[in-house]
Amino acid sequence: MAGHISPKSTYYAIFAALMVGTAITVAVAFVNLGSFNFPVAIGIAITKATLVILFFMHAKYSSRLTKLFVGTAFFFLAILLGLTMTDVLSRGLKTYPGGAGGSGYGVPAPPPRTTGAASEAPREGAH
Amino acid sequence: MTDATATHAGAHGAHAAHHPDLQHHFDTLDQQHEAATLGMWLFLITEVLFFGGLFLAYMLYRVWYPQAWAEASRELDIVLGAFNTAVLIGSSLTMALAVRAAQTGSQRAIVVWLLMTMALGLTFLVVKYFEYAEKFEHHHVPGPDFMFPGPNAGPAQIYFSLYFLMTGLHATHMVIGFGIMAVICWMAYKRRFSPEWYTPVEITGLYWHFVDIVWIFLFPLLYLVDRAHHFA
Repeated sequence: MAGHISPKSTYYAIFAALMVGTAITVAVAFVNLGSFNFPVAIGIAITKATLVILFFMHAKYSSRLTKLFVGTAFFFLAILLGLTMTDVLSRGLKTYPGGAGGSGYGVPAPPPRTTGAASEAPREGAH
Repeated sequence: MTDATATHAGAHGAHAAHHPDLQHHFDTLDQQHEAATLGMWLFLITEVLFFGGLFLAYMLYRVWYPQAWAEASRELDIVLGAFNTAVLIGSSLTMALAVRAAQTGSQRAIVVWLLMTMALGLTFLVVKYFEYAEKFEHHHVPGPDFMFPGPNAGPAQIYFSLYFLMTGLHATHMVIGFGIMAVICWMAYKRRFSPEWYTPVEITGLYWHFVDIVWIFLFPLLYLVDRAHHFA
């Protein structure tokens, strides 16, 4: 079969890059970047996933039809996540449903169940 | 066989000399390989959206309950999580090398690399078992015994529900991968593959790498991303 055979060194290099990415994402987790922790972590994860897809999964050497299929997966994922999140965030639902509404990131949630909190006390004693 | 060729003549006669692993509805092994790869990617698209729904739930609740997310994610063991990430990336490397061994036709190497992949996968699941056991001990398993200090017990329970659902579904995929790898390993041991036909090895590789990619996203989202956040 005609399939492209990558040299072993390519696989070792990708493995090393993935490990470096893991180290960076762990290190960054201990630094408070505010709302930037999320995009940085996701950016590193997307980079790592792209390396796996291109080289370990051979997408780089696949037919254009296969590449189109790979892209389709993330196109639909982007619709699922992107459209839902833009909808939710633009409706001022940044806090819990039924909450203060619209006042944004970091609003502390109230005790979740007023009745549950009361029933929790005796259970803690039981343990 | 020559009789059959003679009586059927035409189309069937043309197939008399083809590769034993070439199905009759394909013209060439390349075409067959392409169709199988494409089919696997199609399945992986559905898998991406399957996990995508859970990631969406995670993102929504994270936006709604940032404080609970920060508190609950600090309960996860970052060392075990990072260790498991390294182990799983390592298993992706050994899997890629198993596929490469199939391409170059060394059947013994396929078996060795697949066994290493399975060993690393098993390591991951054993670590995961200890992490789960710790969650049971600390009453962090959603349900009637769930306990979490402070006012965010409710949202924290949502966090741990998603934690168990996402990591559990991921672990289930790994267990299924074990079964598939065991079969492929046996086939390689029986010298079923050749550089001309190794499609099952390639397809198994695609599946395993997908499982790795899911974890590449689960690890930062569940263990890392809110750890540094403190709310007054």
